[in-house]
Amino acid sequence: MSKCEVQDQAGFALVVVEGEVDMSWSNDLRQAILGPLNAGRPCMVDLSAVAYIDSSGIAALVEGYQKAKGAGTFFGLVAVSDAVRSVLELARLDQVFPMYENLEQAEASLS
Amino acid sequence: MPKKTAQPAEYVLEVEDLVVEYGRRRILDGISMNVRAGEIMVIMGGSGSGKSTLLRHLLGLEVPAGGTVRMLGRDVSEMTNTEMDDLRQHVGVSFQSGALFTSMSVGENVALPLRERQNLDDNTIRIMTRLKLELVSLAGFENLMPSQLSGGMIKRAAFARAIVMDPKLVFFDEPSAGLDPVVSAELDELIIKLRDALGTTIIVVTHELESAFRIADRITVLDHGRVLVTDTVDAVRNCQDQRVQDLLNRTPREMKIDADDYLRRLTEEEPEYVD
Repeated sequence: MSKCEVQDQAGFALVVVEGEVDMSWSNDLRQAILGPLNAGRPCMVDLSAVAYIDSSGIAALVEGYQKAKGAGTFFGLVAVSDAVRSVLELARLDQVFPMYENLEQAEASLS
Repeated sequence: MPKKTAQPAEYVLEVEDLVVEYGRRRILDGISMNVRAGEIMVIMGGSGSGKSTLLRHLLGLEVPAGGTVRMLGRDVSEMTNTEMDDLRQHVGVSFQSGALFTSMSVGENVALPLRERQNLDDNTIRIMTRLKLELVSLAGFENLMPSQLSGGMIKRAAFARAIVMDPKLVFFDEPSAGLDPVVSAELDELIIKLRDALGTTIIVVTHELESAFRIADRITVLDHGRVLVTDTVDAVRNCQDQRVQDLLNRTPREMKIDADDYLRRLTEEEPEYVD
């Protein structure tokens, strides 16, 4: 089942994404990412369980990162699955996003 | 990056005994071919081989005299206009001429499928459009009009528009024709990357041998409306069929004339259509 869920972590919001991200629901992902960022909270996106992501999903990540930069807060990707990584590499965005192997590494970057 | 392996039975496109006739002339004479999910299939043939006619029928733009075309599991001839419209959300096409709307900017052309079919936020559409323009090395050109672009740029913009919806199946009609070798090689590389990263099934119609050999998983060679061979690049290179070898070696065709047919064509009152 494809979905995303926002979890409150100490000091940041974690958006956990599952399944296949496509245009039918990528706006939900966009809202989940922009919600905490609009409130000035740092945001991490866990992509470990994403089997496919289309460019509307990638656009949600790009917009989130841009929003975070504009607001002076933090945005990063955690445990990026191979399927997502290959799309990020195609768009050369692997050289743009802060990416972390796991949540511990991401948390360490915030401290 | 590892190539995605397609399941042998998972066909995205199935063509069976396709027959096309214009007037009394048979343009396609029993074409059968299948394309697997995640495969790059190149349809090759010289001028008049029927490859452009085949493409129009694969896209459901014309109704054949016989046979079937199944795309993404659906028989194209049995679909209503609405069903066909839904199916086309998953199919991208890059026409040889580019077919850009001259009254729209490059960015507007590329974004058009998103604006027509999807209820997406403007920011999302802008980012998706620019992602695709980046892929085809047209970043920064989105505000130019098609009349301000070179032939190669028009082709790349059409390419971006074809893939902006991340379709499951993409048709490229002569992607390399008229391009300089470097741009041509870049587009070939992009076709392979698209398949590898997104698992896109890609059908390329071309007469450019070098490009075909570079990108194809399998090649279908057409001649006079028939399939001469469908096989891997190596098998096609080594195919012993004389007509395949003539095509690969660019040997001029010997014009064989059917005297009665020729005489009829010259004298009949109702002219035939020509492919």
